[in-house]
Amino acid sequence: MKPPAARRPGFSRRAHYGLFFGYVIAIGGMVVAVLLLIISIVDPRGYGAIKGAALDVTAPISAGGRSVVRFFTGIGDGISAYIGAGSQNAALHRDLAAAQRGLMKAQAAEAENRRLRALLGLAQQAPDEITVAQIVGSTFEAPRRMATLSAGSAAGVRVGQPVRAPEGLIGRVVETGRWAARVLLMTDGASNVPVRAVRDGTPAIAVGRGDGTLELRTLEVGSNPFRRGDILVTSGIGGIFPPNVPAARVIRIEGDTAIARPLADPARIDFAIVQPVYQPAAAGPLELAPAQPVAPPVAAPAAAPGGRTPPRLQADPRYQPALQEPAPGAPVPPRAPR
Amino acid sequence: MSRIAGSSTEVAIRDLRFRIVPIASTLGAISLALTPVVMAAPLLPDFGFLVLITWRLLRPEIWHARTALWLGLVNDLVAGQALGQSMLLWTGAFLVFDLIDTRLGFRDYLMDWLIAAGALFFYTVGTWYIALLMGSDVRFMVMLPQIGLSILAYPVAARLVLALDRWRLSR
Repeated sequence: MKPPAARRPGFSRRAHYGLFFGYVIAIGGMVVAVLLLIISIVDPRGYGAIKGAALDVTAPISAGGRSVVRFFTGIGDGISAYIGAGSQNAALHRDLAAAQRGLMKAQAAEAENRRLRALLGLAQQAPDEITVAQIVGSTFEAPRRMATLSAGSAAGVRVGQPVRAPEGLIGRVVETGRWAARVLLMTDGASNVPVRAVRDGTPAIAVGRGDGTLELRTLEVGSNPFRRGDILVTSGIGGIFPPNVPAARVIRIEGDTAIARPLADPARIDFAIVQPVYQPAAAGPLELAPAQPVAPPVAAPAAAPGGRTPPRLQADPRYQPALQEPAPGAPVPPRAPR
Repeated sequence: MSRIAGSSTEVAIRDLRFRIVPIASTLGAISLALTPVVMAAPLLPDFGFLVLITWRLLRPEIWHARTALWLGLVNDLVAGQALGQSMLLWTGAFLVFDLIDTRLGFRDYLMDWLIAAGALFFYTVGTWYIALLMGSDVRFMVMLPQIGLSILAYPVAARLVLALDRWRLSR
C-alpha cells in the first residue's frame, strides 16, 4: 500500500490548516471523552437520561429479533419433544407423582410456618412484583455483563430494583429508559449479592467473575465451609434483594473460595420479574431516612467570675460538637482568654 | 447496469454509494451489538471496532481521526458502555494509525493484520481497565478468548470490507 496522499497536503496552506484543525478536533474530542468517562465513573447515574433514551431506541430492535430467535429454538424443541414423546411421557408421570408428594409436604410446612409466624407476631412480607418483562439481549463484547429488559420506567421499573426469574435471581436494574431497562447481571464483576448456604446457613458474598460464574467470599479463614453442589439463596442482608430467592449452586472449590454458577441462566429464561427494593430505606437517599433522636443542646455554663477558665465542655456526657450553638435565651459565655 | 452513468440521477446514486458504504457498514457492525443473544462471558469480538479498523487500514484516506469520535459515541450509546469509552479508545487508535502511517512507508496484508492485532489487544485492555475503574473487578484472563477470537476474525472482516470496497468503487 502506498502512503496516502491526503496525509501529504503539499504546499497548500489551507490544506495544512485543515489537517491541523482536524487533529485539534480529534485530540479535543479525546479530552472531552476522558471527562465524560470520569463523570461516568464518579457518578454512574449521571447520564441516565441520555443512555435511557438510547436504550429506548435500540431495545425494540433486540426485542423483535428475540422473538425470531425464540421461534426457531421453539421449532427445535418441538421436534425433539415429538421424537422423545413416549419416554418423556413416562418420565413426566414419575416426576409428577414425586412433585405431588413434595407439594403436600410443602403445603403442610407452609401452614405450620404461618401458624408459627402468627405466634411470633412477625409481619408477613408479601413478595410483590412490579412488572414481568422479557430479557431481550445483553452486552456480548464488553467485560461488563448486562442484559436488556423490555420494561422501563413507564412500567414502574427504577434503578436499584432486584430482578429475578422463576428459577432464581438475575441481578439488579442499573439504567432505565421509558420502555426498556438495563440489568446488571449477578455475574458482572461489580455485582455483590449477600447469600447464605441452604444446608447450614453459612453467609457469604457472591461476587461476579465476568465469565458466567460467581466467587463466594466468606469471613471464615482456614476452612472452606462450602461443598460441591451446595445451593445458595439470598440472605436479605443489605436490604436490596429479598431473602430466600434461589441464587446459585457451588460447582467447584478453589482453596479458600468456592466457585458457583447462577441457577437462572439469562440466555434461557423467558420472563424476568422485577421486584421492589426489599427495604426501601436501603436504596433511598439519606434525607428520606427517619430522623434519629438527638440529645438536647447542652446549656452553656455560666460565666465564671474573676476570669477563671470555664469547665471544659467535653467533660459533659451530653456534649455534641455539632450542637455547640447555645440554646436560644441561654447566656452566651465569654471566650476564654488565650 | 451500464458502465457509464446515463443520467445525473445515476451519477448522484453512485456518488452517494461511494461516500456512504464505509460509514453504513461500520454502523451496521456497531448495531450487531443489538443481536438478541445473551452471552455469559465476553467471547465475540467488538464488531464495530473490527470493521472500523479494517476500513481504516484498507483505505487510510477516507476517514480523518475525528470521524472515529462520533462513531465511538454511537457505539457507546448503542452497546450501552460507559459514555466516552469508545470515543476515547477509537480516536486514540486512529491517531496511532496516523503515526504508524507516517513512520511506515509501506505495509502489506500481514503488516495490516499485525497492526490490527495490536489495536485489538490494546482496545480490549482499555475496555477492561475502564470496567475495572467502574468497579467491575474481573480477572484479565477472562478477556483472553475474546482477544484471540478478534484477532482471528480480522481476515474475515478484511475480506468482507474488501468486497464492499470493490462494490463501492465499481462502475
